[in-house]
Amino acid sequence: MPDETAGLRLDAVRIRLNGRELVAVDRHIRPGETLTVMGPSGSGKSTLLAYVGGFLDPVFSGEGRVVCGGRDIAHLPAGDRHAGILFQDPLLFPHMSIGGNLVFAIPQSVKGKAVRRARAEEALDDVGLSGFFDRDPDTLSGGQKARVALARTLMAAPNFLLLDEPFSKLDMQLRGQIRDLVFDKAKRSRLPVILVTHDAADAEAAGGEVIEIGRDAA
Amino acid sequence: MKRLSAAFAVLAFSTTLAAAAEPDPSNWTAVLDDARGETVYWNAWGGSESINAYIDWVGDELQERFGVKLVHVKLDDTANAVATVVTEKAAGKNEDGTIDLIWINGENFASMKRQGLLFGPDWVQQLPNWRYVDVENQPTITTDFTIPTDGMESPWGMAKLVFFYDSARTEQANLPDSADDLLAWTKENPGRFSYPQPPDFIGSSFLKQILSEKIADPAKLLEPVEAGEFAELSKPLFDYLDELHPNLWRSAKAFPKDYPSMSQLLADGEFDITFAFNPAEASSAIANDLLPDTVRSFTFSGGTLSNTHFVAIPYNAAAKAGALVTANFLLSPEAQARKQDPQIWGDPTMLAMDRLDDADRARFAALDLGIATLRPDELGPTLPEPHPSWMSMVEEEWARRYGVAN
Amino acid sequence: MLRFAPAIAIAVLALPVIGGLAGTLLPAFGYLPALGGEDLSLEPFRIVLAQPGLLRSCGIALAAGVVTAAVSTVLVALFVGGWSQTRTFRFIQSLVSPLLAVPHAAAAFGLAFMIAPSGFLARLVSPWATGWDRPPDWLIVNDSLGLSLMLGLIVKEVPFLLLMTLAALPQVPLAASTRLSASLGYGRISGFLFTTWPAIYRQIRLAVFAVIAFSSSAVDVAFILGPTTPSALPVRLVQWMNDPELTSRFMASAGAVLQLGITLAALLIWLLLERLGRMAVMHFCGEGRRFRADRTMRHLTLALIVLTALIVFGGLAVLALWSISGLWQFPNILPDTLTLRGWIRALPQIADPLWTTVTVGLASTALSALIVIGSLARERQVGRAGNRWALFFLYLPLLVPQAGFVFGLKLFLTHSGVGATWAALVLVHMVFVLPYVFLSLAAPWRAFDPRYEAVAAGLGKGPWTTLLAIRLPMLSRAILVACAVGFAVSVGQYLPTVLIGAGRLVTITTEAVALGSGGNRRVIGVYAFLQMLLPFLGFAVAALVPALLFRNRRAMKVA
Repeated sequence: MPDETAGLRLDAVRIRLNGRELVAVDRHIRPGETLTVMGPSGSGKSTLLAYVGGFLDPVFSGEGRVVCGGRDIAHLPAGDRHAGILFQDPLLFPHMSIGGNLVFAIPQSVKGKAVRRARAEEALDDVGLSGFFDRDPDTLSGGQKARVALARTLMAAPNFLLLDEPFSKLDMQLRGQIRDLVFDKAKRSRLPVILVTHDAADAEAAGGEVIEIGRDAA
Repeated sequence: MKRLSAAFAVLAFSTTLAAAAEPDPSNWTAVLDDARGETVYWNAWGGSESINAYIDWVGDELQERFGVKLVHVKLDDTANAVATVVTEKAAGKNEDGTIDLIWINGENFASMKRQGLLFGPDWVQQLPNWRYVDVENQPTITTDFTIPTDGMESPWGMAKLVFFYDSARTEQANLPDSADDLLAWTKENPGRFSYPQPPDFIGSSFLKQILSEKIADPAKLLEPVEAGEFAELSKPLFDYLDELHPNLWRSAKAFPKDYPSMSQLLADGEFDITFAFNPAEASSAIANDLLPDTVRSFTFSGGTLSNTHFVAIPYNAAAKAGALVTANFLLSPEAQARKQDPQIWGDPTMLAMDRLDDADRARFAALDLGIATLRPDELGPTLPEPHPSWMSMVEEEWARRYGVAN
Repeated sequence: MLRFAPAIAIAVLALPVIGGLAGTLLPAFGYLPALGGEDLSLEPFRIVLAQPGLLRSCGIALAAGVVTAAVSTVLVALFVGGWSQTRTFRFIQSLVSPLLAVPHAAAAFGLAFMIAPSGFLARLVSPWATGWDRPPDWLIVNDSLGLSLMLGLIVKEVPFLLLMTLAALPQVPLAASTRLSASLGYGRISGFLFTTWPAIYRQIRLAVFAVIAFSSSAVDVAFILGPTTPSALPVRLVQWMNDPELTSRFMASAGAVLQLGITLAALLIWLLLERLGRMAVMHFCGEGRRFRADRTMRHLTLALIVLTALIVFGGLAVLALWSISGLWQFPNILPDTLTLRGWIRALPQIADPLWTTVTVGLASTALSALIVIGSLARERQVGRAGNRWALFFLYLPLLVPQAGFVFGLKLFLTHSGVGATWAALVLVHMVFVLPYVFLSLAAPWRAFDPRYEAVAAGLGKGPWTTLLAIRLPMLSRAILVACAVGFAVSVGQYLPTVLIGAGRLVTITTEAVALGSGGNRRVIGVYAFLQMLLPFLGFAVAALVPALLFRNRRAMKVA
């Protein structure tokens, strides 16, 4: 019997704007699997991510349980949810070095400067960017930045991933590479993933269930 | 935020000091003891660089010799200081006032004395350096604009209204010698003369000079003016001004701010004649690179106004002992000699030369009064200052007639 | 803790203003028990209205308010319309901060030294072009209509409105509108005025009102450049306030209420002008007039903008020259002799005012910055509720003329026994510094990409860590610039320092204006130069510190 408590469960999640219902989702996402959310621009698909991640703009009203590891995290502050978020832009902190960005993500429980640096170096090796620790983020290419962003997200030991069209700004060639990298890591770490995209190829690569916002209900 | 309000409250309440007992000038050692460590806030006009520098020197000496810290609060107008003491009295602040010493004379003194705002009476005569003051020959020391000083203000220097001109531009023969001459001169030289806008002290003094010369019965000026007679008695003055104004600088639509402004205008060539109460003003300005060295002075042979200027202590001063020490130091031969040096300021002294010891007398004799300064015997006769009530009415009437240019 | 920040901000802004207003209104109607005024009456107003030349004084203040705002707004609108997105625009943009830093009094002195008949401009052309070997007897500075007063105000208000407009630009589709209106055949300026300007104007409207309020009630500039027979109303107000006669307090309060009325009247006239302007624009819009031949207008506008910058910087240069000059007679272009005597004499005397200026400036700016950052951070947490009220309170100290409430505040402080303390001065300065810090910081703060914080939260970081480690460092340049603006505002404060400091606490600005009442240009030069040096240092720090801290971070170099 597949473990129903593992993974991420969206239970009667409804998001409204001025009374109008935008999003209605009831799904269970198993570890390592991806729920793809598709829909036209302005349909509110990013609001689902925002609700799950804890940064929903107050102008929307959201309700519903988000259960992760047996707990309803829907009312926790965003910092306690352990949601790994990737946006369209890599959003590397420009005032820190690459290494600084990664070390920032390491949980506080890991102590010791040397230990933390070692972890960061390891993560860089893992995504093929060895020796980039002291580099200025602005000097990297788009693909390199995306890889660092992924590494940073995973460094924080998230419980699940939220991907907001993370590949749409990459060119065709890179897109495939990065996409494979992301899903590979997600599967390896057994993380449930919610992917928002309007690219059908992304949905295909994700290989999971696809729901359409704006047309589909629970 | 709570921390800030607490700090604010602490600061506010910590400014209360234990009230010192009133110092007794006859016990000078006690006064010196009390004064040590005090800070004296001296409110004095701050529009002249030389005077400010002199006051700074006084501050240094006071600190070094008596441990008194002097703060020069630069005023635009002495009336502001009077206003502050008036407000404090009305608010019931009879101790720890914000002003310890005021540079004052004439109407402001009369006003403060009348409203009971001054410390005293009779502390001035008990100052150790009072013995040097030339009381007999300078009646304006004990009677300030016809008001008895009652020992409530200590003399600081003498003043006589003197005119200046640039000999490189103007011939001495063409200079006016009286108010009427001046009027004729402005008709020939329009736009080259003016006076500061009343109630500036120098500007008001110019009006007093004209009034003194033009009034039918000068003795009337020494008495308080009756409201009923003012219009008639002052008519010659305002007739004069009506004729004068169209030929003044800027056609009297604007006036210079004070006498240093007039010096600047003389230097720029906008003025041909200027005036001040300090006979050494021009020499001082030349020494300080503010006027060319061709400037000279002159007076009217019929006499010009003369007075003494003073310092006084408000009744609620916080540092009375310090103020007494300061006033005394200002009377000292050393301070007076330095003050009279045109390189420093040039303001004449009211000390009697025959009362000084040889060393001090020599100090004064050695002063080079400057090429632009008239010698004491060349200064001409003195006209007495009118009763203060005249000036209040003249200033009011002036504002009514000329305060709004068309 | 953050919860209290907006409340504190409102307290700092509103309490002094409202309390001060009450302190002014009551004596205006005769009620001031401490001075024997027990009954309400209209007597103070009767006395004020009987003052000679009152109508002229009010008229000057009113005209200064409306004309300054009108000329500045039109100039800024034409300039942005004609030159946005060009290299010239970016250059002028870089001048805005330094121009803002110059205190009003210093700019006024500089202007006076330039345009006076014996001033620098006259010397440049004499005697070879004009035949003058003595200055002409022309009434330029202190002219009866207040034109030099308006000029002195305009050269400072143009950079301010330009700054506000620049802050509003990112929120309008400027580039797209420009392309669109060009494709429809409109000239650059007319296209801008018809399509984008209305949206921008809506954003800067309150700033324009602040300009009107300031121009109609500024004391220091009116004192230096304004007419003297009679003086503008704000100058006379201060004279009445300082009158030794006790009863003048009532008259002064009534005068302050009159000043409020004048400012209100100026605002109402402005509303009327707005309506007329709108009608004119609609009319031309409807007619379809293209106004394509705007080349002359564009260049004229640029010339005028450059002129305002030149006047300020030129004036400062002339002041600096005067500060080291010995005798400098007309018509010499350069001083006859140079001397450091002015500086040497002034230096021992500047120590105290300088210390007060710097400490009060730093304290009021730092506290204001803390409150502003707290309020903005709180805003993020709760969403932008209560926005309209917040803006009202923010602009309150800028819209109510200083004379209107600082008098009342001073009376309150004197009668409650709290004298001229450093803390009181800092608090009063904060009333004016806080709005400017907020206005400078709000746009960059709100424009900060919120996704950075979402990322940080996802990485497990709490709100404080996110604020301190991510948002503040990334906004460091904007924060420092806002602080520099706040510091400049504090340095330039005249009336509050004069009244609350009561001569015990003097700043460089109060000294400068006091000394400037004398005619010694050397001294004025020294103090005016110092007066503008301090804010410049603030902006230099704001530019250098981030450059230094983030010298290895290319992305942080972008403005």
